[in-house]
Amino acid sequence: MSDNILSLSCKQLRDKILAREITSVEAVEAVFNNIEKVEPKVGAYVSLDKDRALDEAAKIDKRIANGENPGLLAGVPVAVKDNMATEFGTTSCASKILADFKAPYTATAVSKLIDAGAIVIGKLNMDEFAMGSSTENSGIKQTYNPWNLDCVPGGSSGGSAAAVAAQMCFASLGSDTGGSIRQPASFCGVVGLKPTYGRVSRWGLVAYGSSLDQIGPLSKDVTDAALMLNVIAGDDERDSTCVDESIAPAKDYLGELDTPIDGLKIAIVPEFIESASDEVAAAINSSIEVYKRQGAEIVEISMPHFEYAIATYYIVATAEASSNLARFDGVRYGHRSDDIKDYMGVYSKSREEGFGQEVKRRIMLGTYALSSGYYDAYYLKALKVRNLIRQDFTQAFEKADCIIMPVSPTTAFKVGEKTQDPLEMYMADIYTIAANLSGVPAVSVPCGFDKDGMPIGLQILGPSFQEDKLLRVARMYEVNSGIEYRKPAILD
Amino acid sequence: MANIKYKTLIGLEIHVQLKTKTKMFCSCPTGFGGEANTRVCPVCLGMPGVLPVMNKKAYEFSVLAALALNCNIARFTKWDRKSYYYPDLPKNYQISQYDLPMSENGYIEIPTDGGETKKVRILRAHLEEDAGKNSHATGNYSQVDLNRAGTPLLEIVTEPDLRNGREVRSLAQQLQRIVRYLGVSEADMQKGHMRFEPNINLVGEIDGKEFKTAIAEIKNLNSFRALERSVDYETNRQLEEYLETRKGMGQVPKTTRGWDADREITVHQRSKEAANDYRYFPDPDLVPVVLDDAWFEQIKSRMVELPLAKERKFISKYGLSEYDAGVLTSERSMAEYFEEAIEAGGDAKRVCNFITQTGLKLANEAGKSFVDLGIEAKKLAKLSQMVSDGDINASAATSLISKMVESDEDPMVLAEKFNLIQKSDTAELEAIVEQVFAENPQAVEDARAGSKKEKKSRGFLMGQVMQKTKGQANPKVVSGILAKKLS
Repeated sequence: MSDNILSLSCKQLRDKILAREITSVEAVEAVFNNIEKVEPKVGAYVSLDKDRALDEAAKIDKRIANGENPGLLAGVPVAVKDNMATEFGTTSCASKILADFKAPYTATAVSKLIDAGAIVIGKLNMDEFAMGSSTENSGIKQTYNPWNLDCVPGGSSGGSAAAVAAQMCFASLGSDTGGSIRQPASFCGVVGLKPTYGRVSRWGLVAYGSSLDQIGPLSKDVTDAALMLNVIAGDDERDSTCVDESIAPAKDYLGELDTPIDGLKIAIVPEFIESASDEVAAAINSSIEVYKRQGAEIVEISMPHFEYAIATYYIVATAEASSNLARFDGVRYGHRSDDIKDYMGVYSKSREEGFGQEVKRRIMLGTYALSSGYYDAYYLKALKVRNLIRQDFTQAFEKADCIIMPVSPTTAFKVGEKTQDPLEMYMADIYTIAANLSGVPAVSVPCGFDKDGMPIGLQILGPSFQEDKLLRVARMYEVNSGIEYRKPAILD
Repeated sequence: MANIKYKTLIGLEIHVQLKTKTKMFCSCPTGFGGEANTRVCPVCLGMPGVLPVMNKKAYEFSVLAALALNCNIARFTKWDRKSYYYPDLPKNYQISQYDLPMSENGYIEIPTDGGETKKVRILRAHLEEDAGKNSHATGNYSQVDLNRAGTPLLEIVTEPDLRNGREVRSLAQQLQRIVRYLGVSEADMQKGHMRFEPNINLVGEIDGKEFKTAIAEIKNLNSFRALERSVDYETNRQLEEYLETRKGMGQVPKTTRGWDADREITVHQRSKEAANDYRYFPDPDLVPVVLDDAWFEQIKSRMVELPLAKERKFISKYGLSEYDAGVLTSERSMAEYFEEAIEAGGDAKRVCNFITQTGLKLANEAGKSFVDLGIEAKKLAKLSQMVSDGDINASAATSLISKMVESDEDPMVLAEKFNLIQKSDTAELEAIVEQVFAENPQAVEDARAGSKKEKKSRGFLMGQVMQKTKGQANPKVVSGILAKKLS
């Protein structure tokens, strides 16, 4: 029974809960039973609250028993990345500096999940302040890939991907600043969607790179991604960077999800596929065949400024981060050093002790990029290149409905393999960063496994605010590829 | 003795707190004082994951103020982060405007001696958020109150067009009047609603050799008096220091000096060896502000006649003295009240006297503004007419004004009620004059035309008539009767 529940998608589970075939309490129990078994090996969670989850589930069950419909995610156990503020539990961003931080507010995206009847069972591990591609930069713990415990789950939303893959929740929220939803989704064999910048409110998301950050779902399948997006999308008066509903209204992303797109035009950039590892390239090439079989037209394009994306990203994101993270100073909340002689010491000592190495590296990079005398050469130049990258996308979408490419050049690498070389680690995001710089939506869909049994992800990128189309294209692949949902052996 | 010629260059950096109900980027109420950290929320506390949302009203207030300062208003602006670490700055950056301020290139006209005005150029005016306050009152720790953090501030930067303390004070007072007229700030210096930081240095020649002193910025000025005195003090101090050390700009650094109000001197606080690097960059949490035509027109439509224009009008149109016009226009409500009373038929000089002499005294005693005394302008106009018509005399008018504060009744009704109507009936007054003549034959003799004591004695007789009529005799009528009878 329990095993059956865990394999369900959010939509299936919700329908069974609404039909009173399963109670939400049973679903929560099933998840926690699995967590007891798997979590010690995977380490996806920073914090879990079973009592609270059971209480909330019981309330949902009661409402259903009273004939109410609690919403699109009625009774479904989900979890959120620990950089989203919640009034319950802690919001640590996997950083020592916020290890005990309790937020007096809840992120809009999380509130929306709760309002839709979801049960938020815990907070998920991540690279500290979302800076990283392997979750090895967590200041709290290491998360392991459920498909191979020697491997990283990807990052920075490593906990969000690993928890869904290991069936320790039915779906999760992650945040994506340079690939932080898509890359771990790909490494862990789940679907991960980064919506268009401005589609989902950032209120309550602890900022890393404010102009790049976007919250999105990780789920077992594309349908659940659409369902989750239905719940979290929309304008928010507390986030001025959210798109105005009158300009780009949130849509029903499930509505036409299963309707194939007639005359689909898919753009590819051949050198992007060639530059990936052989096995990844082969998987992407065979997914192109899947689309061709459905009558899609493949268009070869070039994106001339794509190669500058990583350099641009590490200026823009770190510049914003250096400023966003200035507030963690030990004055009002968070870690304060015991070893203080003056007020500058409150800052320097607290921050020295509270931040991890990668966070410090990025703060320093960003501070440098914004410094007088360097601003024009770095930050301003980066903004110009960012515009060129946006133009690349505009031109691409004049020729095609979407672009497909790998999510990552390789499958999940070994824990510790790249920690000594930050630049090599940065290269893991080569295919994902451009979507953040230009704001366009992109999704990672499982498209096979390498010879070691590690999942490979297919990335599909679409025009801004056309997540409906993007998800349909993803769904077309999912339906026609013949790739069945699989769970990692650790669950057997 | 050296031959010294110099002028003082004074520019001002001014911060004006805008009178919005809520803060610049969150919905916390603005205010002054109160228990520490009670007007705060996650946004103005700089907690993780929160986002600022612009207060539209604050933007409109600043556009209005910038218009009144004759600035060019930008139709596209953005927000920038100014980074520095200080405990009263919760995010460790201030949201401000850097390279695209909401307005620039304006001027403010200030009155100078002899009815002239001087234009002081304004480099720019931009909107930003205020910081909180640190206090170091007790023990080996400091405390931070963030009630003020996030309050909207208009920063105004002038060119160094001012030359002395008097001009600086004049600008400050003029600006106070303007922002109060516009209703965009309470502009109370004691409460820090308006903060002035003069930048001062001297340029000139000593024995034909050019010199320039290093710029000093003066802080901690919380009254017009302090502003004026500190500037004049600093001017002399810089001159003396230069004469002593012969070291000026380039040889000594820019400094910040604090005003010590007790000793009335400026005191060295710190040197600005190198320019601070604030690492300005566009705030990615806020969208740029686009002031479109419709919005701009809507703001412009709220513009009012500004104090200096009103003051000039009061002088030229109503023949008021510069002083009286200045007093009447010191508050917009009072100036408008005055105009309303004139409109209703009041005599300008008389109404002016009612307000500036009697009204303001009463207002002061009551601790209110004149307008809040609650006398209707049209009733004050009527009072003025009653004096013109001879119904009451000036002293009766004065006492009626205090009665009108307490009563809504018509001034004529009040005058009757309190027996303040003048006796102007010639026959009745002639009888009284006869009676006074009979009682004071010597004075009558002395008051005859051509007598040495004529003036004094006539005054005495008038006084006697007034005494008999309890001050209600119309002095004009009485003096007419006296003149006739004594000729």
